[in-house]
Amino acid sequence: MKKTNWLLLVLALVLSMFLVACSGGSDDTSNSTDDADSEDTSDTEGEASGDSEQVLNLIDGAEIPTMDASMATDAVAFQWLGSTMDGLYRLGEKGQPEPGIAKDHEVSEDGLTWTFNLREDAVWSNGDPVTANDFVYAWQRAVNPDTGSEYGPYMMGGVIKNAASIAEGETPVEELGVTAADDYTLEVTLEKPVPYFESLTTFGTFLPLNQAFVEEQGDQYALEADTLLSNGPFVMTEWNHGEGWTVEKNEDYWDAENVQLQQINVKVVKDTATGVNLYDTGEIDRVGLSSEFVDQYRTSEEFQINEEPTLFYIKMNQENEILSNVNARKAIQMVIDRQSMVDVILNNGSLPAVGDIPQNFVTHPESGEDFRELNGDLVEYNLEEAQNLWSTAKEELGIEEAELNYLGGDSEVAQNLDAYIKDQLQQLEGLTVNVQSVPFQERLDRDTNMEYELQNSGWGPDYIDPNTFLNMWVTDGGNNKTGYSSEEYDSMIQKANTELAQEPVERFELFLEAEKMLIQDDAVLAPLYQRATAQLWKPYLKGVIVNPMGPDYTYKHAYIEGK
Amino acid sequence: MTRYILQRLVYMVITMVVIATATFFLMKFLPGTPLSAADKLSEEQQAVVLEKYGLDDPVPVQYFNYMVNLTQGDLGISFQFDNREVTDIIMGRIGPSMQLGIQAMVIGTILGMLLGLVSAIYHNGPLDYTSTFLAVLGQSIPSFVFAGLLQFYIGVKLGWFPVALWEGWEYTVLPTVSLAIFPLAIAARFMRTEMLEVMGSDYIVTARAKGVNKFGVVFKHGLRNALIPLITVLGPLAIGLMTGTLVIENIFAVPGIGEQFVKAINVNDFPIIMGTTLLISFLFIFIVLVIDLLYGVIDPRIRLAEGE
Repeated sequence: MKKTNWLLLVLALVLSMFLVACSGGSDDTSNSTDDADSEDTSDTEGEASGDSEQVLNLIDGAEIPTMDASMATDAVAFQWLGSTMDGLYRLGEKGQPEPGIAKDHEVSEDGLTWTFNLREDAVWSNGDPVTANDFVYAWQRAVNPDTGSEYGPYMMGGVIKNAASIAEGETPVEELGVTAADDYTLEVTLEKPVPYFESLTTFGTFLPLNQAFVEEQGDQYALEADTLLSNGPFVMTEWNHGEGWTVEKNEDYWDAENVQLQQINVKVVKDTATGVNLYDTGEIDRVGLSSEFVDQYRTSEEFQINEEPTLFYIKMNQENEILSNVNARKAIQMVIDRQSMVDVILNNGSLPAVGDIPQNFVTHPESGEDFRELNGDLVEYNLEEAQNLWSTAKEELGIEEAELNYLGGDSEVAQNLDAYIKDQLQQLEGLTVNVQSVPFQERLDRDTNMEYELQNSGWGPDYIDPNTFLNMWVTDGGNNKTGYSSEEYDSMIQKANTELAQEPVERFELFLEAEKMLIQDDAVLAPLYQRATAQLWKPYLKGVIVNPMGPDYTYKHAYIEGK
Repeated sequence: MTRYILQRLVYMVITMVVIATATFFLMKFLPGTPLSAADKLSEEQQAVVLEKYGLDDPVPVQYFNYMVNLTQGDLGISFQFDNREVTDIIMGRIGPSMQLGIQAMVIGTILGMLLGLVSAIYHNGPLDYTSTFLAVLGQSIPSFVFAGLLQFYIGVKLGWFPVALWEGWEYTVLPTVSLAIFPLAIAARFMRTEMLEVMGSDYIVTARAKGVNKFGVVFKHGLRNALIPLITVLGPLAIGLMTGTLVIENIFAVPGIGEQFVKAINVNDFPIIMGTTLLISFLFIFIVLVIDLLYGVIDPRIRLAEGE
């Protein structure tokens, strides 16, 4: 008996040590801040209820996967990189670039050389000046295949000279078309004239990095708040992985006098109902609503709809015999009642999509008219016409009945939406649609291998230019994966990006034509909806800019008034 | 006894190797790739990234590397959290899950046992019916429904405890109560049944005849014997609670392991899936061992070592 008790005691001790180790691990993850910082945080949180306190409390549905600008790929990472760092330019009102580290720039006549003049008063949060070399180092790091960056080659390939061949390991990284003429002059050489390059520099992958600091941190760079540097409006002071993070005003920021928020606290909350409860108790200042909450809060003064330039559509694999028929594809475009879909199924402010370019995304360089308004509705709901087109397609194909697999998502919203689309498509006589609900990663995999017939797919812009949506569909485009190939379409996109690169009006008009061809004539896609998000937003939170790409929000100019 | 424990420890190691192997190969059947930006990457670039993580090696080579690293305590780096050690991620997440699980287990078991005892002592009386009703209710209502109700009425309406988040002991109250309901119901029902059976035994009748009072019999003789089946049931339940309950963690925004595990599966973060599976398996095997040893302590008739 005594022996047994000893053994039990030992086992109990092992378990307790394990538990202590576990809680120790938890503490370790929060050690990114010293004690003083923690005290500051709680103090400020306590005072946040005061009228003049410039403290913003937010939630995010996911934790930050990385704060390394070269490695970032998702919205959360880009949001907080964008808040703590300044690139050459940053996104301002209506998605227009405003000066960041660059004061201004000149473009050579051939459009290939961009010279950025950098401000001399910008510093990193460790006191080092922000120089042109910080951009050279960061951009080279992003395209270097050894870094394993997913976005570096994607964003820079075909844009900055040699980026693509460097990414493939064929050219030394030093030959990337970016050089520091001096500490405050950055010269960028492009592969071809890129009219949207200024907009592109606001994107997270193009942020600068302090070479000495990054190399000093090695593998630990950007893993914790204290292994990060900031040169932007805010600096990350606390990062408790899985739980949340805090950014505070960067007093050393070159434009600190125009930053009013003192602190932003973010907690990771995945459940919408929990977020709404936190909002209702005043713990947080903004919350996104899923469709089931929209009706409940629609009449509230704090209810807001934020339109996004993200588009969802049905991709149709033209290697499939039925879908190789243009009339069949047109019938599919026409048989879907998009208005009912966004009103009933999505119920979050999303808009019916009627082309490949979202509305309120790009405007005509001269007239300022919206692309969408100029090109109008390229698809419409017309059941009768859809049936006629479908009959023609069946005749041309020599079939009476058809069966198509439809690849959709596995979330509840996606499944509801896909069930609706199946129902709509099956209005075409003799058509049977089999919905396959698979996880997102699997959908991407099947898309890459073109193992689908119909697929619910979406795309958000990487820069503010029609090219980000239209360039995808050129022959053998990396994300085309529909089997669509048109010499005429390819040459239009090619022309827009070469010959007309410096002719904004003609270029824009060519894009209008290209979109018509893509959607109306060739019916490559069946547009579904343009995403919007319904939110509750405290009225005292002002000055937040909602961005069409990159970071979802700009907080640099935000402030709290009348809380 | 020492020999028995050593033998069990050897079995534990073998079991862990089998689990690690099975999990590794099962993961290879997961659809999709672990690339987070696969839709934006060219095929060439995807190949570069897969090479970085060693995913372009033949599966046997990947398996060999994984097992070698495992023996050195290296679970690798996460695919979704750039460069972050899987061990750090798991250790950071297991703490809150275990804290909640242990709190819920202790509170649920103690209250459940008391409820079961009251039921047994006042058999067929109003107290019995009430506690049985509560136990059935606790077992029937899913914890997330209970959690939602607690959050709304106790958190939002009454403001007694925080609605969610993880910033101090008061933040653990509502999730603990939500989690405790199920072990409470289980403990109450088992305790009641076992106590009623034990109370009818000859030795209890003898004790009563000798003049020992009702409570004395219950606590001195009955309780110990009724514990065996209860421990058998609560052991595995404890693992479930301590290793994170996805729904409760989501509802109360607890930075626990359950949610992390499910996310890892959704995005094919193989190292985190492997690490978490191994941890849960280890805890499970460990608790089973502890339970087996506890049997011997509680019931002297069960003597593991002497039998050998």
